[in-house]
Amino acid sequence: MKMSKVVAIGASPKRKEDLRFVTGRGNYVADIKRPGMVFGAFLRSPHAHALLGAIDATAARAMPGVVAIYTGEDLKADNVGGLPVGWGIHGKDGNPMKEPPHPPIAHGKVRHVGDAVAFVVAQSVEQARSALEAIEVQYEVLPAVVGVVEALQAGAPTVHDEIPDNLCCDWELGDAAAVEAAFTAAAHVASIELVNNRLIGNPMEPRAAIGEYDFATGQHTLWTTSQFPHVVRFLMGEFVLHIPQHKLRVVAPDVGGGFGVKQFHYAEEAVVTWAAAKLGLPVKWVCERSEGFISDAHGRDHFTEAELALDESGKFLGLRVRTLANMGGYLSTFGPNIPTNLYAPLLSGVYRMPAIHCSVNVVFTNTVPVDAYRGAGRPEATFVLERLVDVAAIEMGIDKRAIRRRNMIPTEAYPYQTPVIVEYDSGDPLGCLDRAEKLADVEGFEQRRLESARRGRYRGLGLSTYVEACGLAPSRLAGSLGARGGLYESATVRVHPTGAVTVLIGTHNHGQGHETTFAQIVSDRLGVPFEDIDIVCGDTAKVQFGMGTYGSRSLVVGGAALSKAADKVILKGRKIAAHQLEADLGDIVFHAGEFSVAGTDRKKKFTEIAGAAYVPFDYPLETLEPGLEEQSFYDPVNFTYPGGAHFAEVEIDPDTGTVTLERYTAVDDVGTIINPMIVEGQLQGGIAQGVGQALFEHGVYDESSGQLLSGSFMDYCMPRADNFPSIVVAPHSTTCTHTPMGVKGCGECGTIGSPAAVINAVVDALQPLGITHVDMPATPNRIWNIIRNSRAALAAE
Amino acid sequence: MKSFAYLKPETTVAAADLFSEHNDAKILAGGMTLLPTMKQGLAAPAAIIDLSAVAALREIAFEEGALVIGAMARHYDVAASVLVQTHIPGLALLAGQIGDPQVRHRGTIGGSVANNDPAADYPAAILALDATVVTTRRTVAAAAFFVDMFETALEPGEIVTGFRIPVPEMAAYAKFRSPASRYAIVGVFVAQTAGKVRVAVTGAASSVFRALDVEAALQERFDPDALNRVSMDPSGLNSDIHADRDYRANLVMVMARRAVSAALQNAGQGATKGQ
Ligand SMILES: Cc1cc2nc3c(=O)[nH]c(=O)nc-3n(C[C@H](O)[C@H](O)[C@H](O)COP(=O)(O)OP(=O)(O)OC[C@H]3O[C@@H](n4cnc5c(N)ncnc54)[C@H](O)[C@@H]3O)c2cc1C
Repeated sequence: MKMSKVVAIGASPKRKEDLRFVTGRGNYVADIKRPGMVFGAFLRSPHAHALLGAIDATAARAMPGVVAIYTGEDLKADNVGGLPVGWGIHGKDGNPMKEPPHPPIAHGKVRHVGDAVAFVVAQSVEQARSALEAIEVQYEVLPAVVGVVEALQAGAPTVHDEIPDNLCCDWELGDAAAVEAAFTAAAHVASIELVNNRLIGNPMEPRAAIGEYDFATGQHTLWTTSQFPHVVRFLMGEFVLHIPQHKLRVVAPDVGGGFGVKQFHYAEEAVVTWAAAKLGLPVKWVCERSEGFISDAHGRDHFTEAELALDESGKFLGLRVRTLANMGGYLSTFGPNIPTNLYAPLLSGVYRMPAIHCSVNVVFTNTVPVDAYRGAGRPEATFVLERLVDVAAIEMGIDKRAIRRRNMIPTEAYPYQTPVIVEYDSGDPLGCLDRAEKLADVEGFEQRRLESARRGRYRGLGLSTYVEACGLAPSRLAGSLGARGGLYESATVRVHPTGAVTVLIGTHNHGQGHETTFAQIVSDRLGVPFEDIDIVCGDTAKVQFGMGTYGSRSLVVGGAALSKAADKVILKGRKIAAHQLEADLGDIVFHAGEFSVAGTDRKKKFTEIAGAAYVPFDYPLETLEPGLEEQSFYDPVNFTYPGGAHFAEVEIDPDTGTVTLERYTAVDDVGTIINPMIVEGQLQGGIAQGVGQALFEHGVYDESSGQLLSGSFMDYCMPRADNFPSIVVAPHSTTCTHTPMGVKGCGECGTIGSPAAVINAVVDALQPLGITHVDMPATPNRIWNIIRNSRAALAAE
Repeated sequence: MKSFAYLKPETTVAAADLFSEHNDAKILAGGMTLLPTMKQGLAAPAAIIDLSAVAALREIAFEEGALVIGAMARHYDVAASVLVQTHIPGLALLAGQIGDPQVRHRGTIGGSVANNDPAADYPAAILALDATVVTTRRTVAAAAFFVDMFETALEPGEIVTGFRIPVPEMAAYAKFRSPASRYAIVGVFVAQTAGKVRVAVTGAASSVFRALDVEAALQERFDPDALNRVSMDPSGLNSDIHADRDYRANLVMVMARRAVSAALQNAGQGATKGQ
């Protein structure tokens, strides 16, 4: 017997989608087989920077099973365009960013290890891969530059000839004069220099794509591991392949994790779609894990100098931030937007910060393109601010919690306008901190520290607060900041004649549990049994439109569209009921799946009304169309601002430098919670990713050769379950004042708060040695070096 | 992966014959190293000789004061063997710390030792325990077996069939795992056999080696404090993105002390986790 009941908002039913996932019945791109399908493989540059000479594929073409071999020149000859950028930012001087071409397959020059050089299509994957080895490419290797600081130095290798200084954009936000005045008046200035380490997302499912062309209809289809199929259809159709939108279908079926890595339009998508039409055969490409390391967009990679001005009581007066942000060899879809618009506006944090100025140099290097990765800009901002606050507290001798409390925006002061564009609608940072402090047993910390000290270990407690802007985004505001598309979301609620419901929504579910959360919203609103609701996403041929899933926007924007569409269904249902019950529309109320005449026992079930809409015998046909299907496009009026307070507690073994995460407590304000279990899961996963950045993960390039040294799981350290204590997650919600359900989103919270909390804990543990900063990741070797050097320095004093 | 001939002999003799007949053949034990290498195109043997059907190679026995372990004993077999746990608990604990459960149920002691990965755990035990490597042609003392990175005394066509490991008075292993790969950044196996102390270090250099200064200090006094004045010379040690030379040198001493403590603590025999 299937459960068949209404599931309310606030309940935690088991996830609808999990049965198919845990029983191996998911349908991923790699699982899809098309008639006559052939297989593609990319030849990728082994050099970070080189001029491309002749490519000789004669021997490869003659190999068994080889169908075709294409190079960048073939695409160019076919008028295939470059990959477009979704945001165009402007520099201080008002000029647009430099936007060099990004051909799907390189021609002329390769700009990072992994840049595609040729595409082989063969009858089998093995044949395609064997043929790769037989292609001879003449490279004239050029000096490479991988670091942002080095790339801006005079005489650095030039990634794009037309941009001799490697500077994509010299961007700024805020009031430099006001900040200058604040620093002049300051009693204390705390400063910091830090690196936000490069990350490689590594979703469990590698990327994959299949292109197909139907000569009969002229229809192109792309199956792809994407977080936003409609956007891929638009970008690829309009800018790269010049396929009319109505002739291009993009399907993103089950997708095994994204974390941002799959929210870009990638070269491989365009190449398989193009090759399929060229050959008249479906062409499939599945990324290998090691290939993913050098072709999936990376995340973070900042170098930052920042200063905080304070008065003698520790009140914040102003913040100055200078960041160099690595873009890699080309601009990825959202690349330049992440370290600018998604970064600087968050620098006020949960504090009153009267003046802020942030300048960002967006820089090209010979590395894999850098783009959004879970949190995207906001973890970087939080890390700068929360590290600086700790440095200030240490230097001024103020308790780290006290200095934060002194500066926090009190809940009564919301809505609060920051000096950097955003206006927070709601929040209670003090409440979050109070609750987190109790749950983390901060009082008992000293006892635990002493106990660790007895065993010769350092113990530290770290706190980070954070705020994020999510639910991307008010279209008009985004447009003024450089967005080249709207950022609304759409949902259709299709009520079948039986009362069962299919939802068609423009977001994409790739692990977040949307099929459950959205079904809960519909079940709660329409009184339809949970099992009678299906959520459909990820197919441009089925779903009207959508901007996809990223930036914690699915519930906030997509869920809002769904809620509004459900409202329209209810309104239409009330009209039908008014007719049938011979009452005024104003007297019809809808509650718990029933339309009734207020104050009477006359009523109609939702299923009866749905039936009448499709069998309109007793129906107001003169004034109302039959059918019960409603759609809403929702454009948010503001971002939402989830926030919270996280405590991390670590222990350090000074003999080996190993940092062990002993406790982690997170209190988050995510607004209304639809499904507490899913929210907790999102937070736990996000925290694990943030801890990964703080302690383990690092995309490292060799400075001279430009080779990726951390190019496999042997060297790129993903966090594992045994690296974690049981994470304590608790909500402390205020209601968002402008989203339909009061929701704020929770997808990125964990990743945003945790890196600073963990590093603050590491620095706290090393306080006896006078340390004020440790760069991420805090690996055993790095910590051991710090301990050794500072012990030596202390001994020398 | 390129195509290859797949051969599955049922006796050691048959395996040895096939190995001599086929140029460019590779022995397949657990496949935990060989298969990934083939997938990446780093190895493309014309034939694979799978030893998994040679039942005799998987046995573990105790004979005349020594453990005799077949080359095809899986890491799990060694970790779970009552014989190994009783006679050389430090070796059982070492096997139980290799990789993850999947790897331990496939990977073999023979494959690990024949492969001689500079970061593998078993070579440290084999060397410190002064074991004898038994092959299809001869016996080789551990000290002569490990030549250099991925290089052993094995000749073309020669197969490791097992190991003869004299039972020590005390032995333990301490490993500092790479957070990423979980192989040893540094692993130190300390053993005292027939009154002689041997200390073998893996992970730190291009191949497993004996730390002679550490041995001398422990020979005088088998106690972690005996190592307080001993240090490891970092020159010649590996340096990579996970661990620089000085750090590795430090880890050798830290792991050596921990291994000695563990050896003493566990009533003369045991092992400890490094981290
Ligand atoms: C994810 C992962 C984690 C790992 N972690 C660790 C770790 O922490 N510590 C550690 O020590 N190891 C680790 N390993 C290695 C693993 O434990 C195996 O020991 C190793 O891969 C070799 O054993 P095998 O039986 O799989 O040999 P195979 O892969 O089958 O063979 C390896 C090589 O040895 C040759 N060979 C095999 N058997 C014989 C024989 N009897 N005679 C002659 N030549 C032979 C083969 O031809 C091949 O060249 C890890 C492996 C993986 C995949």
